[in-house]
Amino acid sequence: MSDSATIEQSSQDAGERQPVTKKEITADQPTWCPGCGDFSVLSIYYKLIQKRNIPHESVTTVAGIGCSSRFPYFVQAHGVHYIHGRALSFASGLSISRPDLHVFTFGGDGDAFSIGGNHFVHTARKNVKMTYVVMDNFVYGLTKKQTSPTSPIGFKSKTDNWGALDQPVNPMKLAISAGATFVARTSHTNPKHLLEMMDAAMDHDGFSFIECLSECTEFFAGAFDSSNPRKGGEFKLMPEDHDPTDEAAAYAVAGEDFPGRFGIFYQVQRPTKNALETGVIEAAQSKFKGQQAHDILQANFNKMK
Amino acid sequence: MGQIYFIFSMSETTVSEANNGNDSRASDISEATIRLAGNSQDGIQSIGGFLARLAGRSEREVMTMMTIPSTISGGASIFQVRLGSGEVLSPGDKANVLFAFYQHSYDNHVNNLTKGGILVYDSDHVEPCEEWLTKYRHIGIAISSLTVEAIGGTARDKGKNIYALGLIAGMFSLDTTKLERLINERFGGKGESIVKTAMDAFQAGCRYQSGDISNLFRLARGGAERSNQVVMSGNEAIGYGLIAAGVRFGAGYPITPWSDIMELLRRELPKYGGSFIQCEDEIASVSMAIGASYGGHVAVTGSSGPGISLKTEAIGWAVMAEMPLVVIDVQRGGPSTGLPTDVEQSDLNIALYGGHGDSPRVVLAASDVEDCFYTAIEAVNIARKFSVPVFVLSDQAIATRIEAFNEPDLKTICKDVELDLSPVPSHKPYDLSSGDGLSQHRAPGTRIEDGRYPVVTGLEHDESGHPSGDAVNHIAMTKKRRNKLKTLADELPVPEVYGADSGDVLLVGWGSTKGPLLEAVEELSNNGDALSALHIKHINPLPNGLDAIFSRFNSVYVVEMNDGGVYGYGQLAGVLRARFADARIKGINKTAARRWKVSEIIERVKASRAEEPVTA
Repeated sequence: MSDSATIEQSSQDAGERQPVTKKEITADQPTWCPGCGDFSVLSIYYKLIQKRNIPHESVTTVAGIGCSSRFPYFVQAHGVHYIHGRALSFASGLSISRPDLHVFTFGGDGDAFSIGGNHFVHTARKNVKMTYVVMDNFVYGLTKKQTSPTSPIGFKSKTDNWGALDQPVNPMKLAISAGATFVARTSHTNPKHLLEMMDAAMDHDGFSFIECLSECTEFFAGAFDSSNPRKGGEFKLMPEDHDPTDEAAAYAVAGEDFPGRFGIFYQVQRPTKNALETGVIEAAQSKFKGQQAHDILQANFNKMK
Repeated sequence: MGQIYFIFSMSETTVSEANNGNDSRASDISEATIRLAGNSQDGIQSIGGFLARLAGRSEREVMTMMTIPSTISGGASIFQVRLGSGEVLSPGDKANVLFAFYQHSYDNHVNNLTKGGILVYDSDHVEPCEEWLTKYRHIGIAISSLTVEAIGGTARDKGKNIYALGLIAGMFSLDTTKLERLINERFGGKGESIVKTAMDAFQAGCRYQSGDISNLFRLARGGAERSNQVVMSGNEAIGYGLIAAGVRFGAGYPITPWSDIMELLRRELPKYGGSFIQCEDEIASVSMAIGASYGGHVAVTGSSGPGISLKTEAIGWAVMAEMPLVVIDVQRGGPSTGLPTDVEQSDLNIALYGGHGDSPRVVLAASDVEDCFYTAIEAVNIARKFSVPVFVLSDQAIATRIEAFNEPDLKTICKDVELDLSPVPSHKPYDLSSGDGLSQHRAPGTRIEDGRYPVVTGLEHDESGHPSGDAVNHIAMTKKRRNKLKTLADELPVPEVYGADSGDVLLVGWGSTKGPLLEAVEELSNNGDALSALHIKHINPLPNGLDAIFSRFNSVYVVEMNDGGVYGYGQLAGVLRARFADARIKGINKTAARRWKVSEIIERVKASRAEEPVTA
């Protein structure tokens, strides 16, 4: 495994290299429908890469399956389009084995909370260092309008003609109770806030999770109007006196009626999985200083004679 | 206690023959099979472990077999150890000596004794049966109460395994100094009083003097080529093989009998700067391993039957995205939860074909403990070179048994592969230009100087990794993924034929049937019947040249521990029939969830030959 280094250090190593330009980081023309909220997440990601001066070769984007998971094709950088629901597990393997990278994972609500629900819980619990942005549109878009795990009760879809019956997942509550150490909520309609959240997420040493409301104009148009001032709604920030380290308070705010609040619900410091594993490695290696792999293995074989 | 007297003997005398007369003073024997039958909490396995390691240190071949019930504690358990001075190919069909600790051990295992075998029983627990008293030589010893007497304390059964080890040492004139050293090493870390208790029990067992049991046999010593042996289980050999090959990351989920490997890697990898992560499920573990492979180091995941089923979608992704990956499958009895602690070879099909679509991957099968070590290394090297998932099939029988093998030259073998992030002028992750199907992965962090970065993906893609639904491209990419296996096939050695190079019957096997197959060839040739055997290690792709071998025999029987299916042939036989369109390829199958016995193979071949007369 390579030596631990932060992304900022590698950008210093890059010396006189100029920050990557928008043109350089832009790849294929997105396949999303006109007006899709995901466009705004993509352009904010470009902005973040430029703002943070991430060396081009270190930008690493992982996604699962879904409309939003097409993301890596639109970024001219190392990218992974993995299988449905398992992007977090893939990204965890990458993050733990490559502490020199900051891994970004993108996906939708089906990927995160339905087929990948188990991985969401355990990646949060293990506090694997990475940023996970879920573009939540409350509907399955790629497969053309089926009920999603965040569809509100009563939402009429092709799999619930009479309106969705099941209690939707509350992503904030799920993340907090699973043990995530950075839990934030934003919307594609407020790019400035979105960038602020992504910036803060990247600063966070641990599993940083952002739910970004991202409207599906094709299959659930107007879903988020009540949070959009331009559509007569209100973009309500977290209460000013909110203490993000207060788990119970965060949970209470997460319980507010839709469209709820936006901002950092919860943020605490807890050792990352990456740091804990590095600790195990350092403790183990301290007993084998200066020894090569074959010496260490030979010691084991000697005990088996 | 008896002097250690090794005899260099070419005699094929075994325990039962040596024991045929009444005079049983220190017969010289070339091999012995000892079965210990008790309950799983009795430490039966540790007696076996001590004997196996002693054999390794005494230049003898050894092979063991054990069954542990799937219940957590309690339940019958056996350990069988076969020690020999020649090459030991299988754990032995029948035991020469049975140690029965309980009535059920006695009742259930007496049939596994060879004619004239010796039955040592704990007279505190076992009432011998009238009928068997005449058939087998019985030696009753109050093992439980003598142990309590030796070490004091309660009447709990702790320590009687070590007492029994002492008895065995006495019986076979084993090297007690070496055994005492092993006991010291084993219990040394647990405090002086534990070592003393163990030593008291062992010495009391050794001291047990009775005309019946002392110095019955002397085991011949092996040749000089066995001078430097290591002793381990198949699961350990796979774990250490992976480390030797430079694997530094793995992920898994506990399942029997795979768990030992993940426990070993979890414990050992940090010493080498690596990690093994226990995941929430099988899908997460294969995905984490693939993620680490994408990070630039070949990673490993593994499981047994049901877990492999769960991993198949992700393995298909690794085929499509051309990511290196090693998948260990320690096969058990299936389908579904099946027989978790028994052996079967019924996962070949899932290893070959598991998953949707055309997804060619490499499949290797290990044949014994030593081969587990080298197969793991080969799998890693193939995955690295060909950017492809590589299955290693092991099975419950090899996983848990302990064997001694010549110590590998670790200095030459071990690899510590550095992460290569050197910049490249340009890069196509799915470059079609070479024609051999090979292309190399570049890990994130690698600067691509022309600014065109790769996406690795499970969607059908063009050479840069961008989605393409074009039919011509799909044909080209399908061919690429297939061609690299053809390229690999050209590099594989043609397997060697054991026995005559041509003749009437060729037995074909894979995996752990190797030992019994070779022994069957030997046994039949001793009786003047010609029979040859071929063991296939590389199952996908198959090595070139098998058809030429098959053509030199009248009949080809594929011996497998899986079902003959609707059409009468098993999983490898199906592959070979499809590959060579040769109707002479027939199956000899069993699913009794136990390894093949040499005698069974011979009987089944004879029966099949009787049904279908040879048409030369």
